[in-house]
Amino acid sequence: MQTSMKRAGRAAGALALLASLSAFSGPAPATTAYITNEKGNSISVIDLDKLEVTRTVKVGQRPRGIALTKDEALMFVCLGDDDTIAIIDTKTLKEVGELPSGPDPEQLRVSADGKFVFVANENDALLTAIDIATRKVVSEFPVGVEPEGVAVSPDDSIVVNTSETTSMAHLIDWRNKKVLANILVPPRPRYAEYNKDGSELWVTSEVGGTVSIIDPVKHVVAQKITFDVPGLAKELIQPVGIRFSADGKLAFIAMGPANRVAVIDAATKQVLKYLLVGQRVWQLELTPDGKYLLTTNGVSNDVSVVDVAALKVIKSIAVGSFPWGVAISKQ
Amino acid sequence: MKALRALFAAMLGLLAATIQPANADPLAVKVGVIHDAHSRETISILDIPPADDFVAGARMAMDDNNTTGRFLDQFFSVVDAKLAPGEDPVAPLNGMLADGVRFFIIDLPPAEVLAVADAARASGTLVFNAGAPDDRLREEDCRANVIHVAPSRSMLADGLAQYLIWKQWRRWLLVVGSHPEDKLLADAYRRSAKKFGAKIVEERVYEDTGGGPRSDSGSVQVQRQMPVLTQSAPDYDMLVAADENEVFAGYLPYRTWDPRPVAGSAGLMPVSWDASHELWGAAQLQNRFERLFKRGMNARDNQAWVAMRMIGDAVAHTRSADPKTIHDDLLSPDFAVAAFKGQKLTLRAWNQQLRQPILLTDGRGTVSVSPQEGFLHETSELDTLGFDRPETKCKLQ
Repeated sequence: MQTSMKRAGRAAGALALLASLSAFSGPAPATTAYITNEKGNSISVIDLDKLEVTRTVKVGQRPRGIALTKDEALMFVCLGDDDTIAIIDTKTLKEVGELPSGPDPEQLRVSADGKFVFVANENDALLTAIDIATRKVVSEFPVGVEPEGVAVSPDDSIVVNTSETTSMAHLIDWRNKKVLANILVPPRPRYAEYNKDGSELWVTSEVGGTVSIIDPVKHVVAQKITFDVPGLAKELIQPVGIRFSADGKLAFIAMGPANRVAVIDAATKQVLKYLLVGQRVWQLELTPDGKYLLTTNGVSNDVSVVDVAALKVIKSIAVGSFPWGVAISKQ
Repeated sequence: MKALRALFAAMLGLLAATIQPANADPLAVKVGVIHDAHSRETISILDIPPADDFVAGARMAMDDNNTTGRFLDQFFSVVDAKLAPGEDPVAPLNGMLADGVRFFIIDLPPAEVLAVADAARASGTLVFNAGAPDDRLREEDCRANVIHVAPSRSMLADGLAQYLIWKQWRRWLLVVGSHPEDKLLADAYRRSAKKFGAKIVEERVYEDTGGGPRSDSGSVQVQRQMPVLTQSAPDYDMLVAADENEVFAGYLPYRTWDPRPVAGSAGLMPVSWDASHELWGAAQLQNRFERLFKRGMNARDNQAWVAMRMIGDAVAHTRSADPKTIHDDLLSPDFAVAAFKGQKLTLRAWNQQLRQPILLTDGRGTVSVSPQEGFLHETSELDTLGFDRPETKCKLQ
């Protein structure tokens, strides 16, 4: 791995700064990844210049979904077994409050304008919108059984929720606060993501083993991507997390127990490559410069780092027990 | 608080109203559930079948289907027929057929499964066997209008056998009950031993001499009987018990002559489901069931749930309640059921058996799930469990 002088200098500076402060109050270093460890009940903090874990912070029980506020001052962490969402200060890594989540929160998404956070409420089959400033619930929408994935269109006009047992993507008109469409997809939809220009909505079906590409205007599944990994049982192909490269040309799909990330040409929808990562790869995130893709590998307790330009896995970083979610801060 | 809740409910209703499709005439899907009441003479008081045994699973899946149906303008209902001992299932079947019911989920002995299937055949009705584990229903006596949701005895036995082989516990002492079902289960264990390379070092029979399990001083006798039953056995790794009628297997753990673990009908049990299973998001299903019925979900409940979910998914895909259309959808290569077992479940086209992992449970948690690592198959590793396509005797018609 090559490290530029500038980055090395910045890393050294961060290190010096860290050394000068007590271990408990040190600021988070530049370009940082936060990994929720579902069984470890902790967050691993990764310095992305050094590609090393610099801190591990205890949180509540069963942390999974994680999201940063737009200014990156706070992060929200779904604590499934505590039935709450913790608000954690990214500078001090201390819990500073809670969001009213309802029972067993799993996934959440912050709106593009940074004002709202949308949370899937499994027990009540509701999608909840919370005002970040007031920390109060402002809207609730009835969705299918076991709501899971949450996505927001780039212009904040549409909020999407996938329901696992109902096997639908629910499209909600966020401005007019009404459900626009309920679109049937293959079984157990886990994750939804808009492409960069918002012209397509991608939904992974964990049990169906497919990615549905939904036309968000016509409200239909326009195309389905299937996977075939030679030598791998088809039942192991369980797509979950989705991310698009910074230029929007590539899509990355985490394939669960297939232990691979599929790289897809976002224009032609062809699978270009399967990258072998750790075991049960769950979620993904890109660094702000688009250079690296991080994957959380639940069973092997590590994070794989993919060099996006080379499409190669360059490092595996050991984290806590059962890493699940990942959020990356640029400051 | 109450007023708030009422207001909230009203709001929800309003919201629901806004998403309710305009069509005033939803697609109605009635599903008949015909099932025997299982014996209350269980060895453990914890296993006494609840009053809503089996049908509760169908009811919860009905709710799940109706949530989807709310968005698709489909409405599912359950017609329940719980049979009295000795009652003929064909009478309630005919009544429901006359009412237009074309889907049935049944938990009946094998002869009655066939009677129901044959009586339902002329009307094009689809029957889901969610109870009987008999291999003959999937093999020589298979029927084109029956989908098997329950795992067969051979699938259950293979699920356990793979784990015991993986553990290198290859020498089994097989103890078999005296009922016909026990003999069929013993056949399945013998077949599994041969298939995967285990050795049955000796077989013993436990005669059912009658008597209820709830007597006050029963434990005194049991503590003497079980060591005698298992003494002077050749060296073995695992005692495998075949006791489908709950006569003795539950008494074996901790009471064998030699200190050996017990598997099969007690101890480490191969099952389709257990109330303690929580892997792969199953905790969500268990929580919903507990909230609705105030008890845990047993294997029979789960099999009925899976059957009803299969009907619901196929109706959602096809927007049809025609049994032929539903049947075709279930058999299409795209069909898969999500059942909280770590992978998709699909149908074996040659005998319409649902492919499924087998859970190995001790009743406190899932110990392992088969197929085990290393048991390979050219099409699906799930087909390493039970009779496979090349050996099938089924000719669907």
